[in-house]
Amino acid sequence: MTEKKVTKSDLVSMFIRSNFLLGSFNFERMQSIGFCVSLIPVLKKLYQGEELKLALKRHLEFFNTQPFVATSIMGITAAMEEQKANGANIDEGSISGVKIGLMGPLAGVGDPIFWGTLRPVLAALGAGLALTGSIIGPLIFFISFNIIRLATNWYGIFYGYEKGTQLVSEMGGNKLRYLTEGSSVLGLLVMGALVSKWTSINMPFVLSKYTAANGKEVVTTIQSVLDSLIPGLVPLLLTFACMYLLKKNVNPLVIIFGLFAVGIVGYACGLLA
Amino acid sequence: MDSLQLILLILVAAIAGMGSVLDEAQTHRPLIACTLVGLVLGDITTGIILGGTLELLALGWMNVGAAMAPDAALASVISAILVIVGHQSIGAGIAVAIPIAAAGQVLTIFVRTITVFFQHLADKYAAEGNTRGIEMCHFLGLMLQAIRVAVPAAIVGVLAGTDAVNAMLAAIPEVITRGLQVSGGFIVVVGYAMVINMMNAKSLMPFFFIGFLLAAFTNFNLIGFGAAGVIAAIFHIKSIANEGNVANASGVDAVDDSDLL
Repeated sequence: MTEKKVTKSDLVSMFIRSNFLLGSFNFERMQSIGFCVSLIPVLKKLYQGEELKLALKRHLEFFNTQPFVATSIMGITAAMEEQKANGANIDEGSISGVKIGLMGPLAGVGDPIFWGTLRPVLAALGAGLALTGSIIGPLIFFISFNIIRLATNWYGIFYGYEKGTQLVSEMGGNKLRYLTEGSSVLGLLVMGALVSKWTSINMPFVLSKYTAANGKEVVTTIQSVLDSLIPGLVPLLLTFACMYLLKKNVNPLVIIFGLFAVGIVGYACGLLA
Repeated sequence: MDSLQLILLILVAAIAGMGSVLDEAQTHRPLIACTLVGLVLGDITTGIILGGTLELLALGWMNVGAAMAPDAALASVISAILVIVGHQSIGAGIAVAIPIAAAGQVLTIFVRTITVFFQHLADKYAAEGNTRGIEMCHFLGLMLQAIRVAVPAAIVGVLAGTDAVNAMLAAIPEVITRGLQVSGGFIVVVGYAMVINMMNAKSLMPFFFIGFLLAAFTNFNLIGFGAAGVIAAIFHIKSIANEGNVANASGVDAVDDSDLL
């Protein structure tokens, strides 16, 4: 019997399919069909007949993680399936075990990096430019996000396949922790800046008005008092209030509607502008 | 709107709908979806500005785990059509976007529930060794997500700009559209709060305050903050790496002690 080998073109085809991982997301087994479909080129190369049916079945099990880091699980799984198809002593349970064992920790890394840091930072940068009507805004967001995403997907599949199960033990090390914490630091620092700079609350309500000795009229508004303390104090307090409400499981849309009401009432009373 | 524009609009809506479930290329984000709608309807600048406004609103809307965020795809597409074709203000665009995001959330939850049917169909094809069948189930699920945005977009595309719709939008009192625009300036804090909660890193909050103070008292732009953030991250990683060394060293000591015993 000749050795069954996963080729580069199988991995490339897996990479293309990995872009559709979440296509059939459902509440029963989430990304399961997507994972199976991504692995089909490899499985077809390795198995026929009854063995193929069993392989398809085991990759239709529950699967859910952050979609970009999922590719490294695909790579590792492909390496394990290859060994199994060539007679290595790997049972079905250990393949499923590796998948299930990795999806939680990897989501724990992928969520803060991609959804917590990369996307909000690039989106805020792009949106800031877009407000002036510049096409650079959407372009910078779309291109830079997708370059990083595609590189992650590509590298995940090839590195995962090359290293195989060896990668599982590597992930237990400190590298992933450094990556997660480092990106959280970056994300939080930029988020702090955004709270202060990229929000606008203007409270033009006049507190006092008098004519100074030099004949100039000095107007004190709520806003000017707050700005002389710490600019951005109100958005900061609002952010903390929202964090508290979200932790109490209040639906974000309810909070958004609440803030809309504040805006409308505030504008109507002349407190906000 | 001529029929070519309508076809292109449906296409863009379908791409946004697919993006909303895939979450890969980000075609469902307001910044991209509104720009594309603007391009198709011949007023890209308005599309970009509306996209930027809604993007800041939706900054923290993300699907993490099994939780569903408000739906940016449907909100962006519909509100861009109404603003551009109906010549409405950005404020009116925000006013319609939020309720539609809630409706879109309900729709996507509905589709993700129906897709359970395809999951079981895929099981059946797996038992037959039919890989084409499984692939079909997968892409039918994706098609449903495209349709869920494309159909409402087509309907609104046909109706937008008609007197009835314009009269309806004009009936929104000015205090509401202006008030919504005012709240549009700070509603983004909900997004920030969602992102910070998701990071769930209380011990790292000092870095958040550093960013806040730098922004309050300097004129850094976003690139400057990014650079400061990278430097802070390097320092932080070095300090936790040192911690690890200290822990390892004491770990060795502990082993030595037990050897002595």
